[in-house]
Amino acid sequence: MTSPPALSENKTRPSPRTDSRVRRPERDAFMAAFKRNLTAHAFLIGALLCFSIFSWYPMVREFILAFQKTENGETVWAGWSNLTYIFNDPAFWQAWRNTLLFTGLALLLGFAVPFAVALVLNEFRHGRGYLRLLVYLPVMLPPVASVLLFKYFYDPGYGLFNRILESVGLPGQAWLQDTDTAMISVVIAATWMNMGGATLIYLAALQSIPGELYEAAELDGAGILRRIWHVTIPQTRLILSLMLLLQIIATMQVFVEPFLLTGGAGPEGATLTVVHLIYQYAFTFNNYGSAAALGLVLLVLLAGFSAAYVRLSRAGSED
Amino acid sequence: MSTRTLISPAQLARPRGKVLYWIAFAVVTIVFTLVFVGPLYWMVISGLKSPQEFARTPPTLIPDAVHPQNYADAWGVMDLARLLFNTLYYAFGALAFQLVFDVAAAYSLSKLRPVFGKAILGMMLLTLMIPATVLVVPQYLTVLDVPVVERNLINSPWAIWLPSVTNAFNIFLLKRFFDSIPRELLDAAAIDGASSMRTLRSVVLPLSRPILGVVSIFAVVAVWKDFLWPMLTLPDPGKQTVNVGIYSLAASVSENWLLAALAIASLPTLIIFLIFQRNIMSGLSAGSLKG
Repeated sequence: MTSPPALSENKTRPSPRTDSRVRRPERDAFMAAFKRNLTAHAFLIGALLCFSIFSWYPMVREFILAFQKTENGETVWAGWSNLTYIFNDPAFWQAWRNTLLFTGLALLLGFAVPFAVALVLNEFRHGRGYLRLLVYLPVMLPPVASVLLFKYFYDPGYGLFNRILESVGLPGQAWLQDTDTAMISVVIAATWMNMGGATLIYLAALQSIPGELYEAAELDGAGILRRIWHVTIPQTRLILSLMLLLQIIATMQVFVEPFLLTGGAGPEGATLTVVHLIYQYAFTFNNYGSAAALGLVLLVLLAGFSAAYVRLSRAGSED
Repeated sequence: MSTRTLISPAQLARPRGKVLYWIAFAVVTIVFTLVFVGPLYWMVISGLKSPQEFARTPPTLIPDAVHPQNYADAWGVMDLARLLFNTLYYAFGALAFQLVFDVAAAYSLSKLRPVFGKAILGMMLLTLMIPATVLVVPQYLTVLDVPVVERNLINSPWAIWLPSVTNAFNIFLLKRFFDSIPRELLDAAAIDGASSMRTLRSVVLPLSRPILGVVSIFAVVAVWKDFLWPMLTLPDPGKQTVNVGIYSLAASVSENWLLAALAIASLPTLIIFLIFQRNIMSGLSAGSLKG
């Protein structure tokens, strides 16, 4: 069963033939390699065509668009003018401030909460399947359902959240309609919708920690908090840093949640994000040049995080 | 199962530990059920209430009078049958294209190893480094006027199906799985005279069921959950997906109908989840690192 493929037999066989025929096996080998490559590329062709048209070409086009503009139906080179245009747009700075605020809050909640939940779930000896199922449930909902549900809950008049606050004697909030609370409201909804995936990944990482480490730490007199700090976190450091990078990359591109919750911009632009500004430039103002230029700025910023992710995951799979 | 975790089994075995454990367990279970199932329950029962009861404060936990008619009305008024059928059509079409093109590509890159194979894989993985939202604008312009064939794919299912093939992560997962299939099995098939296609069909695919399952579920769910891309490329109300269709009708229908529609729209993916939860959970850890 483990004999080498037929091809190598040709090469090792001593050739008793005359000079003029010695070439043939070489040509056969070449033809075989050619045929093998032909088959291999035939298998690739569908994916290659799709990637070329819908992925690689748009990638190149993104760079070209950023330096072009369309005036009176004619597309001309614009130099840096798209970039200077967006830098002079007050919405640009507001969108970045909001996006960074969203990322910061989303990391505070969306990074810490799933890890804490995973830590707690990992301690239970019962009902783990049920609790895991619950946490992942929202991830499977269509976003329009989860977001519109939250819109009802946030309603200052009859919304569930103000009902709950009132029942414990706290003042109701305007939530999405107040510039101060709009962004945190979006973050809470986004965390509820998306925390399931991270929680399950952390849970898998926690289960791979050898129990002896906790035993040793306990013998050394370490309490629960010190065991978390000296055993759990170092043991899951790689997965924690990878998830942190992934979450930064994802949250900086937030679009759907604010778009559906507040129409995108929110009160006085309080929830206007970078990707929503790209959307506005492109599809409200038909200004594809500025949209591409802003996309380029986002791309450059996120490329650093992507590169760090790739390096870290390579290093991780090598140990 | 009884692996040692943060808290020692000895501590848990003591009476005080036992009591604390059960209190914590009960609190967490109740809170999680309220937080994660509560909103869904509210959605389903609000869809059953009359408009007057829906507007009542404080809200009723169990509807005084049940109006299942709301669900039928929402189904008819919002043309949910069409929206659901469209989404299903796009999702399974995308799945078919991904299964054919991505599996073939991963097989070629893993086992047939053509010249430039490594460079091609590298180029595919490079697309993962580009934020997806940045590419939406040039991709949209490409779909408006596809190069070479010069077609406008707006309002056509191809605008969903073909771009879905460019899923480098799926190709990577499939290739990594194919890499683990021993060379000898394929050589044996080759000696028996099987073509590459035959080897793929009779040797590789039967061995790859688990990864094919994971890739398929995520492919379907991704189309089902997508919002921005179908909103841009399928603006015709008759062609919209569930997400976009409900969103665009949200302001024009009564609230209990809207909630009934949301409950109906949530059902398909929830059913997929409850049936395939094992595959989905294992797929998540396959996608992440070994830890």
